[in-house]
Amino acid sequence: MDAILLQILNGLDKGSAYALIALGLTLIFGTLGVVNFAHGALFMIGAFCAVVLQKILTLQKVVLDNENLTAWGTPSEIKTPYAEIWFGDFGAKLIDYSVPVSILLAIPVMLIVGFTMERGLIKHFYKRPHADQILVTFGLAIVLQEIVKAFFGANPIPQPAPEALRSSVDIGVMLGFAENAIIYPVWRLIYFVFAALIIGAVFAFLQFTTFGMVVRAGMADRETVGLLGINIDRRFTLMFGLAAAVTGVAGVMYTPILPPNYHMGMDFLVLCFVVVVVGGMGSLPGAVAAGFLLGILESFASMNEIKSILPGIDQIIIYLVAVVILLTRPRGLLGRKGVMEE
Amino acid sequence: MSDFKLSRRGLLKTGAVAGAGLATPMFFTSAARAYTNEPTGSTVTLGFNVPQSGPYADEGADELRAYQLAVKHLNGEGDGGMMNTFSSKELKGNGILGKKVEYVTGDTQTKSDAARASAKSMIEKDGAVMITGGSSSGVAIAVQGLCQEAGVIFMAGLTHSNDTTGKDKKANGFRHFFNGYMSGAALAPVLANRYGTDRKAYHLTADYTWGWTQQESIAAATEALGWETVNNVLTPLTATDFSSYIAPVLNSGADVLVLNHYGGNMVNSLTNAVQFGLKDKQVNGKNFEIVVPLYSRLMARGAGENVKGILGSTNWHWSLQDEGSQAFVKSFGQEYGFPPSQAAHTVYCQTLLYADACERAGTFNPCGVAEALEGFDFDGLGNGPTHYRAEDHQCFKDVLVVQGKENPTSEFDLLEVVEVTPRAQVEYAPDHPMFAGGALGECNPGA
Repeated sequence: MDAILLQILNGLDKGSAYALIALGLTLIFGTLGVVNFAHGALFMIGAFCAVVLQKILTLQKVVLDNENLTAWGTPSEIKTPYAEIWFGDFGAKLIDYSVPVSILLAIPVMLIVGFTMERGLIKHFYKRPHADQILVTFGLAIVLQEIVKAFFGANPIPQPAPEALRSSVDIGVMLGFAENAIIYPVWRLIYFVFAALIIGAVFAFLQFTTFGMVVRAGMADRETVGLLGINIDRRFTLMFGLAAAVTGVAGVMYTPILPPNYHMGMDFLVLCFVVVVVGGMGSLPGAVAAGFLLGILESFASMNEIKSILPGIDQIIIYLVAVVILLTRPRGLLGRKGVMEE
Repeated sequence: MSDFKLSRRGLLKTGAVAGAGLATPMFFTSAARAYTNEPTGSTVTLGFNVPQSGPYADEGADELRAYQLAVKHLNGEGDGGMMNTFSSKELKGNGILGKKVEYVTGDTQTKSDAARASAKSMIEKDGAVMITGGSSSGVAIAVQGLCQEAGVIFMAGLTHSNDTTGKDKKANGFRHFFNGYMSGAALAPVLANRYGTDRKAYHLTADYTWGWTQQESIAAATEALGWETVNNVLTPLTATDFSSYIAPVLNSGADVLVLNHYGGNMVNSLTNAVQFGLKDKQVNGKNFEIVVPLYSRLMARGAGENVKGILGSTNWHWSLQDEGSQAFVKSFGQEYGFPPSQAAHTVYCQTLLYADACERAGTFNPCGVAEALEGFDFDGLGNGPTHYRAEDHQCFKDVLVVQGKENPTSEFDLLEVVEVTPRAQVEYAPDHPMFAGGALGECNPGA
């Protein structure tokens, strides 16, 4: 039982990332009708906002120590971050909390990246076939990741969580299990809560604001909303920016879980497309539900008991579910009738 | 229409010329195409096939730096590096066999097909007489096979699978780097010494040739010292989040986790294992331990503080104090401003070893070079007395057991050497079962 609970937690955690990325993807598809293969790159750029801020905060004053030489004969360097020199303990704290603080940087950066991407490239492909959209956005994703690699290298760059949040908690004891039965990292729990808050905020924004109402109306019938004199295109552009920001902050908060590298967007991209298809193209609740569902299924499939019966199932489970869904319910779990159907 | 008349005098002349041609000793005519890409001008071209894109691009960049340094030294520029400490004194800084060394590079992308394509291009279009490099066993085995067919020497870069000089060994291929068996043989006694002989190990293993052979090697070596292997779970090479593979470890009864992962897999699985509190856990009345059998400093940087205290093995480390290592670190550090990685070290050595073998053989002919390398004993290249075994083309030398440093003084100072395992302890018979199943075959000089 404790093993199952642990895998449910893992699944929810994985599902949080899937759901956040898939939410952004489906927002773009639902509003602009664009299949955005550069969406994984937005997740990666968000993560690298955290890397950039950490690099800025840890810019160091270098003093040469002529008395101690390196192994290759040059004076060794004594490095002290400027943040610590200027701000003392506050500076050290700021460096420690650089990942959550990065959200403040990531939101405006991602909005700008989103607007630029939509206005500069994607809007020219609205009336082109989906295949063209996929090709151009996939190409863009490759260009973006190569740019990041040129600046930051190919190796992962560790982004530790704040020291106070690096430990793990014994959830098992809280739920009445034996000691050490269910131990879970604090930051992963924070990520799950964070994802739930972001998802809730996006839904509230679309549900309870006039702007959101117009966007929803535009998603249902773009032409009629346009005929009412509303500039729906501008709102959809803003939604692209919002989707980019949601994905970007998901990337920022993910960095302590796995050190970011230039390729991390591609690692998530295909999975998140499957999530969107399973949830139902254009369905926001579908994307979220499918994200968590597939995260949990993937975790269960990785259990030794399951793998011993079905070897390799952990590698194909998500695609297997997608095949079954596409065969039996092409519109996806919560998709609108008619979408992806004859 | 023209008439063609052959006079008696003309027939005699033509016959004399043709006869002279046919009578010319074979070595004059065959020398022009005695072997693939025989250098005919004043230069010789080497092909450096390294990952310049893809997940191991940083390792590839470090390999390329080392190759460029080796070429400089071979051509008599710079301080000479390990040429000064190398026990063989054939290299004079005037290129190889008097020919200036030039090079071309290829991008393996850490994909077998791309690596073969770039090696093929360097052989066929650029006239490379030797191919070297790589940062993956899958790639090394693929390129080694291609070089065997093409008739050029392959000096492997970073490849740790037993299969490279085991079931997939080739007469034209040579490996300086150590392998999974040697990691196990070096690491197991240190593990038993530190953590005791009554241990239960849980293995997570990358699901491809390198992972399988390393897991087999480590399990065999640790079991021989009394450890029990509780489980071995194969993880997909494409996995990023290992939490669902780490979670079952918590309640498996194991008190050691062995991560048979490399590169991004290693960084992520180790990060996940530490996040789940495994390093602080107590099981069976003992501290839970994590082991990373193959360490790389470049990869260790990605895992950050998580490497602290974790034991593993490595082919070479820049902190070694022997004359050869110090010469190389000085030369590389002055050129680039930071110390070399183990990947840089092994490819630098391979380049010098190839050049030296050409000098000793007096030819670039792959068969002559192979013969010179087979059974060659040398020293001064940073790993102590080393032997290139003729039977499988594997180098035998001391192996380093390292540990993540608790208090690193710089971003390069991440690992510390805890033991230099003597060569005798990591040697094995050429027909050892873990290396069985292949044959070296005959050397192929190509065209």
